[in-house]
Amino acid sequence: MFPKFSLRSMFYGAGGGNDIQWCFSQVKGAIDDDVAEADIISTVEFNHSGELLATGDKGGRVVIFQQEQENKIQSHSRGEYNVYSTFQSHEPEFDYLKSLEIEEKINKIRWLPQKNAAQFLLSTNDKTIKLWKISERDKRPEGYNLKEEDGRYRDPTTVTTLRVPVFRPMDLMVEASPRRIFANAHTYHINSISINSDYETYLSADDLRINLWHLEITDRSFNIVDIKPANMEELTEVITAAEFHPNSCNTFVYSSSKGTIRLCDMRASALCDRHSKLFEEPEDPSNRSFFSEIISSISDVKFSHSGRYMMTRDYLSVKIWDLNMENRPVETYQVHEYLRSKLCSLYENDCIFDKFECCWNGSDSVVMTGSYNNFFRMFDRNTKRDITLEASRENNKPRTVLKPRKVCASGKRKKDEISVDSLDFNKKILHTAWHPKENIIAVATTNNLYIFQDKVN
Amino acid sequence: MMLSKGLKRKREDELEKETLAVDAWWLGPRPPAVAQAPPAVASSSLFDLSVLKLHHSLRQSEPDLRHLVLVVNTLRRIQASMAPEAPLSPVPSPPPAPGAAADSLLASSDAALSASMASLLEDLSHIEGLSQAPQPLVDEGPPGRPTSGAPPSLGALDLLGPATGCLLDDELEGLFEDIDTSMYDSELWAPASEGVKPGPEAGPGKEETLELDEAELDYLLDVLVGTQALERPPGPGR
Repeated sequence: MFPKFSLRSMFYGAGGGNDIQWCFSQVKGAIDDDVAEADIISTVEFNHSGELLATGDKGGRVVIFQQEQENKIQSHSRGEYNVYSTFQSHEPEFDYLKSLEIEEKINKIRWLPQKNAAQFLLSTNDKTIKLWKISERDKRPEGYNLKEEDGRYRDPTTVTTLRVPVFRPMDLMVEASPRRIFANAHTYHINSISINSDYETYLSADDLRINLWHLEITDRSFNIVDIKPANMEELTEVITAAEFHPNSCNTFVYSSSKGTIRLCDMRASALCDRHSKLFEEPEDPSNRSFFSEIISSISDVKFSHSGRYMMTRDYLSVKIWDLNMENRPVETYQVHEYLRSKLCSLYENDCIFDKFECCWNGSDSVVMTGSYNNFFRMFDRNTKRDITLEASRENNKPRTVLKPRKVCASGKRKKDEISVDSLDFNKKILHTAWHPKENIIAVATTNNLYIFQDKVN
Repeated sequence: MMLSKGLKRKREDELEKETLAVDAWWLGPRPPAVAQAPPAVASSSLFDLSVLKLHHSLRQSEPDLRHLVLVVNTLRRIQASMAPEAPLSPVPSPPPAPGAAADSLLASSDAALSASMASLLEDLSHIEGLSQAPQPLVDEGPPGRPTSGAPPSLGALDLLGPATGCLLDDELEGLFEDIDTSMYDSELWAPASEGVKPGPEAGPGKEETLELDEAELDYLLDVLVGTQALERPPGPGR
């Protein structure tokens, strides 16, 4: 599968960094600054073709956008994303046994590869995973023998002739229906779901356990990792993310709050409590502080499309690991190193616990992650160049090229630079997604979804 | 460690500067010029902040485990560095106020902290024990552990105190307290079968396993059938 590149990027090296000129394309969501809690975006995910883009929010809703078919005449931009389907995936629940309310916030969405006309996705809140079928209806049957057009039943004695009902076109209707509900398998909060490359099974991970499910079977799941200590007082580490290998259906990884990643092989044993590989970088003694552990906590782990590498995000950096080398990452990119001297304040206001996600572009040559002040960063692995961009309504003219941003860590602030103390820590970009084939990215601010594209000449 | 007068003063100055910087966070954003080198000994304000966070986290109806674990681990680090015997303790004569404050905090908070952490973490697992009930069932011979597996349940159940444990056992015990059980004393029972619980005579024996072999079971049945014919012992108060 070869991603489509413009001629320009082929000459100057694939991917982003300074080679690509990112342009504003669209923004979705409310304009006003008063953010409704329910509208806070909690997950963003492209499907396998990139035609569909799903978002989940704190109110338990899923909104799916569909890319317009490319207009061959207007070749200066790719199709826009418009709302395709909106549905309420999860509702708030009450656990009577524990007297606790279960939040409806959608933690993760993962798409299944398309097998027929319908689309399928998994969405999860803290406790329950649901398989949704999204299907189109653009025809309806007309000409029933026993029913009138408005649905009323006809008196059978009035039926004198028979006819065959026919399908007639109607306005497109997109329906979302829950096909499976996978419940009651997680005591703790689900942080990850990942579909296996066999397309039959998937895993779900909470703070202490990872379960394996079959997509067809909802009444049982198999526990494959359990790190709960016999005595909860001995708890010092939790699972923060988990993902299946993209090609190897028996391999998965999970990351921890202590900055370690464990790779497990399901063939080795039924219970994967013993890892096959342990990835951990030794602590840099010159950077040691009381917050060392907190900032080493991994908030996201993603395999590259090739399956040869994996990327982890901790509080200050993005690390690329070669699966064949456990003792240190092969690449490390600093996301916002200027925050290192601010860790105390960030601990005080809890920002140090923010969980940023990260993503790969289609060719695995560029990685992207979010930061504060609605900034997001991209790192080109080939050119070693990086760029900081801002998701803001100020640049909202289509095809406006985004201006790179720079944060001034200390000393004299240059023109157009922003000082660290002016950063708005309430404007965080936690969720980003990259189209699997094109240079189109989706970036979520608190309650808005921005879509950027590279400038196509 | 021997320090010349001049050096000593310099280190005191540095410590004062650190303390100032540290105290200033409470007030607002610090000027970026003050580089914050990680203090070898944490100030009491960082300790207090962490304790506050811990309590706040534990008071949530359903604590965020990751947040909780990270705060606890950080607090342990801070506590370790504040301990008087910690090798990192740099200044032979620290400014009296923060030092004394730290020491007294340590003395009073250690016990209180571990007690509150212990009880609250226990509550967490107690909650988990209760929720083990609605688990899906599994086939025999599947790979992995079925999620309704015994080990997690047992672990949580072990921690359940008598107040929340099996009410039935307690009630039974109470019921038979007043009854004269001399009838059921050791003569009827083989001394080897200590694991056998003659029902009302023993206390709630749920922690001890019952290991009866067939012969003992038969004997037990015979005795039970036989004693049905005996007169009932007089009830309490008669």
